[in-house]
This record gives sequence, C-alpha cells and structure tokens, in this order.
Amino acid sequence: MNRSEAREIASNALWKQNAGLVQLLGLCPVLVISSNIVNAVSLGLATSMVMLLSGMAVAAVRDFVPNELRSPIFILIIAALVTMVDLLFNAYAHGLYLVLGIFIPLITTNCIVLARAEAFASRQPVLAAGWDGLMMGLGLTGVLAGLGAIRELAARGTLFSNLDLVFGPVARAWTIHVIPADAGYQFLLASLPPGAFFGLALLITGKKLLDRRAERRAAAPSVPLHTEPA
Amino acid sequence: MKTSPFLIEPTPLQRVMFTVAVALLPGIVLHVGVYGIGLLLQLLLATATALLTEAICLKLRGRALQPALTDGSAVVTAWLLALCMPPLAAWWLVVLGTVVAIGLAKHAFGGLGQNTFNPGMVGFAVLIVSFPAQMARWGAPLVLPALDLSALDQIRLILAGALPPGVGFDAIASATPLDAVRTALRQGQMVPAILQSPQFGDIGGKGSEWIAAGWLAGGLLLWRQKLIPWQLPVGYLGAVVACSGLAHLLDAQQYASPLFQLSTGAVMLAAFFIVTDPVTAPTTPRGRLLFAALAGLLTWLIRSFGNYPDGVAFAVLIMNIAAPFIDQYTQPAVFGRKGAR
Repeated sequence: MNRSEAREIASNALWKQNAGLVQLLGLCPVLVISSNIVNAVSLGLATSMVMLLSGMAVAAVRDFVPNELRSPIFILIIAALVTMVDLLFNAYAHGLYLVLGIFIPLITTNCIVLARAEAFASRQPVLAAGWDGLMMGLGLTGVLAGLGAIRELAARGTLFSNLDLVFGPVARAWTIHVIPADAGYQFLLASLPPGAFFGLALLITGKKLLDRRAERRAAAPSVPLHTEPA
Repeated sequence: MKTSPFLIEPTPLQRVMFTVAVALLPGIVLHVGVYGIGLLLQLLLATATALLTEAICLKLRGRALQPALTDGSAVVTAWLLALCMPPLAAWWLVVLGTVVAIGLAKHAFGGLGQNTFNPGMVGFAVLIVSFPAQMARWGAPLVLPALDLSALDQIRLILAGALPPGVGFDAIASATPLDAVRTALRQGQMVPAILQSPQFGDIGGKGSEWIAAGWLAGGLLLWRQKLIPWQLPVGYLGAVVACSGLAHLLDAQQYASPLFQLSTGAVMLAAFFIVTDPVTAPTTPRGRLLFAALAGLLTWLIRSFGNYPDGVAFAVLIMNIAAPFIDQYTQPAVFGRKGAR
C-alpha cells in the first residue's frame, strides 16, 4: 500500500462512501445511541476498533478461508473481537458500559463491519484492510458525533454531557451549557427516536449540498485572471 | 387583454377553504364562549405564522408566492392546529407547531397536495411529544366555578406567561374531561361515579360538550356543500361508537359511553375536518371507509389504553402512512370489466 492508495482509501471511507451518510449501513446503533455526543462517539470508537482489528484479521486469513464458509468464519472473528471490546468497556468504563448496554455486543451484527470484511478485507493485503476498517469506522464516528451534537444541543442545549461516564466524577463539570442551565430549556423530540431521523436527514442533506457545490465548482470553466494580449 | 366580467373571482380552492373556515365558525364561537378569548389569539398567532412560514418556504424553494400564499390552505392548517391547542398555552407553542406543520410536514414533502401526513396533526404531535406538561395546561371552562381571567389577563398570560398577582395557574386550571376520567380510573374509581363530579355535564364535559355540537353543525354544512365524502366522517364516528359502545356494554364501570367519547376531546373536529383532509386520505370510496374506521378504532384504543390526553393526532398520522396502501388494495373495478382491478 503506497501513499496515494492510502489516501484514496481514506477519502473513500471518510467522505465518498461514508458508512452513515452514503451507504446508510449500520443505522440501528446510529439512530439509537446518538442522543448525545459522548455515547455516540464512544460507540463509534468501539466500532472503529473492531473494524480495524477485524479488517486485519480477515485479510490475514483470507487465503485459507474456503469461499463457501467465509461468512461464518468472518462473523466468528468479528464476534470474538467484539467480545474483547465488550469486556474492555465493562472493565474500564463501567458507567458507559451500562448506558450503551446491548449495543456493544450488537456491533457483531452491524452490517458495516461485515460489509467491509466481505467487500474489502477478504481480497486486500493486511495493512490496507486494517487502514480501510479504521477509516470506515472513523467516518461512522464522525457522523455519530455530528448527530449526537445536533440532538444533544436541540434537546437540552448542552454539549458533552455524560463525560463523567468516561473520565469519572471530575468530568461532570466539563459539560458545556450552550443554553444556560437555569433557562430550563428542553425540546424532548430531539432526544426521542424522531429526532434521530430528522438529524440524520439534515446531515445527509448537508453532505449532498456540499457535494453539489464542489461539483459545480469543478464544472465551472476557470476564468483566467489576466488575459494575454492577442 | 382580459374580457368582461371584470369581477375578481375566488379560485375553486379558495372557495373550498373559505367554506371550511365558515364551517369552523360555530365551533369556534362556542369554544370562545366556553373557554374564553384565548383561542382567538391562538388562531391569530397560528394564521400569521402559517402565512409567514409559507412565504419563506416558497421563497426558499424558488416558487412563486401566488397562488399558493392566498389559496387559504395554510390558514386552514393553522386553524386546525390552533383549535387542538390548550387556549391559554404560551404563544411560542402554537408558533412552533405551525412552523413544523407548514415547514416540515407540508413543504419538506413538496408543498400543497404532496404531503403524506396531515400537517396540522404533525405540528400537534411534535408539540405533545416535546412539551407534554405545557400541552396539558387547560384553563377551566367558564361555566365552572373557578377564578375567571379577564380578556386582557388571558392575552397577557399567553404572550408574557404572566398571571395576575396572587393567582396560581392551578386556580384557573382544570383537567380536560378525558384526562379527569383517565386519572380517576387509574385511582380505582368507576366511570358512573366519576361522571357525577361537577366537571361533567349531561353527556360530556360541562360546557365543552357544546363545542362538539358546534363542530357537528359545521361538519354537516360541509357535507351539504358536498365538500367531504360521507365515508370519512361516518366511518370514523361509526368506529368510535362501535368500539366504545361494545366496551361500554361489556363493562360500564371501566369504559365511558359512546356519547361521552363523541362529545369530548377532538373526535367531532377530527371526523369532519381532520380525517377529511383530501390530500392525506385515500381516494377510493371503500378505502375511505376503511381508513376512517381504522382511525376511529385507533383513536379509541389510544384514549382507553394509552398515555396521551387524546388519541386523534396519532391515530390520524398512523393511518396517513397506510393511505397509499389502502388505495392500492381498494381500487374499484374498471367499468366494463368483471372482477376487481
């Protein structure tokens, strides 16, 4: 994997084929867990870690896996890695572990993990597969962070609440109150399931708008600033 | 060049919307008589917001302002939302609801005639889900011996949230008849005993039962004008009566009578003005009957077993999703052919 290939994989995973905004894969955890930034980013990073390791592991064994048996074997690898992540969360971020609950084990069934194993890792060298998995995971994490921020801000006017679940009680004061806490602001809909759909729709719309603008810029003929005298 | 006559004629859509507004008047007058002048301010706020939102959305979408702005559809949407609101609710509730109704439910789906969901009910559902406490604050009907607010005090309460000194909201508030029955049932009381309380009149809530009669009168006017197909109100009211009647027959202690169901909450309004929305209801005769009956069933189910004050908005929205599906399976046979489809 040379530098340009790595860049191609990264830009593909982070933007052009973004798991959350373009492929719309793994939406179940995206929609459920994105009610605030901390939950969303934690699950995103957990997924990224699983994808990095599963990409490398699948690529490493790809030559020994019979084609007919590839799905169960890939899922076995992914499930083992998810179990490790699950135990890590339980040991080092127990509060968060309780909040994320079933959604950590469910990373196993997240279609984006299996999709990358099937479409990319099973036919690429180890390093490229790991890089692709990590970048795909980070692309999803970015979407989760954006969605979490939108929903948290709209629902309670805060950012980074629940940080104490990760960093201990010290972090309780780190919550940013964009709208002062004593204003009593609350918009429940944003933290309920409909808010997830509206938020995701806004993000997809935003990406489409940016893409369209970039396209128009590329298509517009570049006007020379100084015309040469004839 | 135009030829004579040079009179300015309203468009057909304007005429329909005008008739709907006129048909709403008896109910509105009775509503104001029962709950006070707050409703008029809510209607005004909703109308202004609806027109402004409509204009902004048309501008954003690059459409001409005419005729969409003056066809009256936005105003009727706004009125239906405002009529479902607690009359003394803070001004920003109805403004937010109307922005959601016009901006999200109507224009995000493609404007008039393209919306999947009844815009007014979307606005109402967003409000009731997001602000359950504020949406439950109904003032007491004027016929009850509670502290009456003057018109000026009501307007001040809506716009500034300020009550006259020394008055708490509890002094002027009262649970809606539906809420009162639900709460008392949860506490183990029986329906006949609950209805003995002074809050209830002969068939529904004292005073508020007249409002339902007002909607009925307006609805019959629309029917006579052939603006609404009979299947929708008949199916809807029929289902509500059938469900509540059956339950009432089986266990009169736990389930209120059909008359009570018809005369409380938004059932009458829904039957003639909300399920009859031509955009979001099915278009086939059998489909309309099925659609309305299922909406009535859901309304009764949500009222009897759900947690929300009334079931109308959610019942209508759920059935809106099913409308295209119902249309597809109830297509009448093509003339001259045997069998369906």
